[in-house]
Amino acid sequence: MLKTFLIGIKDLRIAFRDRAALIFMLAAPFALTLGMGLVTGRFNGGSSGLSNIPVVIVNLDHEQLGNTLVELFNSEDLADLVEPTSSADPEAARLLVDDDDAAAAIIIPEGFTRSVIPQAGEQATEAKIEVYANPSRPTSAGVIKAIVDEFISRVDEGSVSGQVSIVKLLRSGRITPQEAQAAGTELTQRLNNDPLDGALAIKLNASTADGEALKFDILAYLAPGMALMFLMYTVSYGGRSILTEKAQGTLPRLLVSPTNSMQILGGKVFGIFLTGAAQMLILIGATTLFFNLKWGDSWGVIVLVLAAVFGATGWGMLITALARTPAQVGSIGSAIMLIFGIMGGSFISIENMPAAVQTFSKITPNAWALNGFTTLGLGGTLADLSTPITALLTMGSILFLASVVLFGKKNLVQK
Amino acid sequence: MSSILQVQNLIKKYDDFTAVKGITFDIKEGEIFSLLGPNGAGKTTTISMLSTLYAPTSGDATIAGHSITKEPMKVRNAIGVVPQDLALYEDLTARENLMFWGQMYGLSGSSLKNRVNEVLGQIGLVDKAKDRVKTYSGGMKRRVNIGVGLLHKPKVLFMDEPTVGIDPQSRRAILDTVKDLNKQGMTVLYTTHYMEEAEELSSRVGIIDHGELIAIGTQKELTKQVGEAETLVLHIGENEDPAALAAAFKGIKEVLEANVIGHEISVITPSAKDVLAAVVTKANERGIKIHSIDIREPNLEAVFLHLTGRALRD
Repeated sequence: MLKTFLIGIKDLRIAFRDRAALIFMLAAPFALTLGMGLVTGRFNGGSSGLSNIPVVIVNLDHEQLGNTLVELFNSEDLADLVEPTSSADPEAARLLVDDDDAAAAIIIPEGFTRSVIPQAGEQATEAKIEVYANPSRPTSAGVIKAIVDEFISRVDEGSVSGQVSIVKLLRSGRITPQEAQAAGTELTQRLNNDPLDGALAIKLNASTADGEALKFDILAYLAPGMALMFLMYTVSYGGRSILTEKAQGTLPRLLVSPTNSMQILGGKVFGIFLTGAAQMLILIGATTLFFNLKWGDSWGVIVLVLAAVFGATGWGMLITALARTPAQVGSIGSAIMLIFGIMGGSFISIENMPAAVQTFSKITPNAWALNGFTTLGLGGTLADLSTPITALLTMGSILFLASVVLFGKKNLVQK
Repeated sequence: MSSILQVQNLIKKYDDFTAVKGITFDIKEGEIFSLLGPNGAGKTTTISMLSTLYAPTSGDATIAGHSITKEPMKVRNAIGVVPQDLALYEDLTARENLMFWGQMYGLSGSSLKNRVNEVLGQIGLVDKAKDRVKTYSGGMKRRVNIGVGLLHKPKVLFMDEPTVGIDPQSRRAILDTVKDLNKQGMTVLYTTHYMEEAEELSSRVGIIDHGELIAIGTQKELTKQVGEAETLVLHIGENEDPAALAAAFKGIKEVLEANVIGHEISVITPSAKDVLAAVVTKANERGIKIHSIDIREPNLEAVFLHLTGRALRD
């Protein structure tokens, strides 16, 4: 284990002493992010890049909460971001989404307000807001869903918690049904006076610790896109080092030291992983520092970076296992870097690509990680990243196992 | 003296090609044993098997009491390997290289630091220890390459042609280092195709050719195989026909052998002085101009020539 660690640290040190590699690992993604930020107007107050998202709202509730959500989507705060239209028919709204005329349909069911704030003597019934998302516009649909989720979250926090507490007290026998009715009436009156405790202040994302409202930043999409694309370069560079060590004689030398081949291979993988993680974290730090970019929930960012690097490392190992020479790894790695970059949404949002490409993008770590970073950029947290993280870890594990099998078939020490 | 390394009928085959054809020898503790042979003779393959890099097709060897096939990890702890090609991380400094390789041999903490400092002193690179290896001359890199093999104080040091491609000064330094290590008690298996190195360093020499160990013994024992013969080496012009002249030399009564090596003709004879006039006459008769003539005492080159009919550098 210690030798595996030491080999990984050695590889990290060597990678960061290679000027050419540093240009690709750090300077190029940083410069491209800067360039694309300039092109999209990010640095001169331009839009976020995501704007006028068409959304259909069907308000069957027609009471406080339903109306508040409609008002929220029509508010000044979201004027640039969304383009809401109203419909009375849920099916018609879904059809608009199916026809790709809207990114999502929000269907507020009848009795939604009463499900949250039951009137005196009424039994609370379950009524959930439906977000009918357009699968070909995952980012835009994600934005709409994030707004609705945030709305529901605020409703839950502000009112339902109180109601649940009453129900719990009632079930535990600590208050009588009469007392519960009185408490419920009081709660209803309070909510009627101030239905959402300032819900109209809801922004696209949650607030930062210092209370500053977050808005979706196009760089929160571009920067991870570039970083992920060049992460593929880093993992192929790391993979190439296995064959380079074979060619320069250090791999055979390691193999005649009291170090077994699994420790060596594990060390090489660990080195690739460390280098990739260091690259991503440096880029995240640099863009935060120089572009004032908010990447979102810190734990989410860290875990997502590690998962993304793990998935990408799997690809780096597979490329190395398939190639015969360091030059081949370089060529294949560069090609895959560009293909995955394009298909994975580093340049153009995946939702604007044909369905076949969107399907293909699922094999790229770029697409999954970018999905995760977008979620974080929209105010999501680690808890919202289960799908991309699971996909990335599964991808990395499968590719790593395949690489081990391929490495086993070709004797690395034979010149 | 007891044997620290015993090789028993070691064979290595690659498909239809047999690189090492059942060699058997042993090395006594504290001696320098040279495997002398031309390029492609099987020296590196032999060292690769003994260092557990390649598994032998058949046969076995024991080093410090451990079998290379059954206890490879124990063998690796007992040996140090200086490969023919440089095997270093050029983007790391000499110190960083030595620290890393020391860690791979299980050294750590102050014992690692102390040992690295000792080895840097031994290879004469204390002042350059913080420079990256890629800034070093070929000779300096060779010294670091040797230093890596010494870090864990191995019982047996394998040195595979450590002087190939370096300047005479560095070569001299390396040969002196090998002798110093041996004086300190280290057993050395040294491969080379330079006869002079084998002659200077070795207690015993094994001559290897086409994967076979064709002779083994001390230098004195080996040169006895060609008797007390001397070698007369004639250098002739590039446009001359050395084969015809060598054939003519074989007709001279005192000439035991006459072999062509490029534009040289090696004539083995009991007395070079006695055949010199006859040799020059034969050349004159054919109008062949002799550029120079060397007379050499019996040596390993002559032994190899005698055994194979070829020169070591062929």
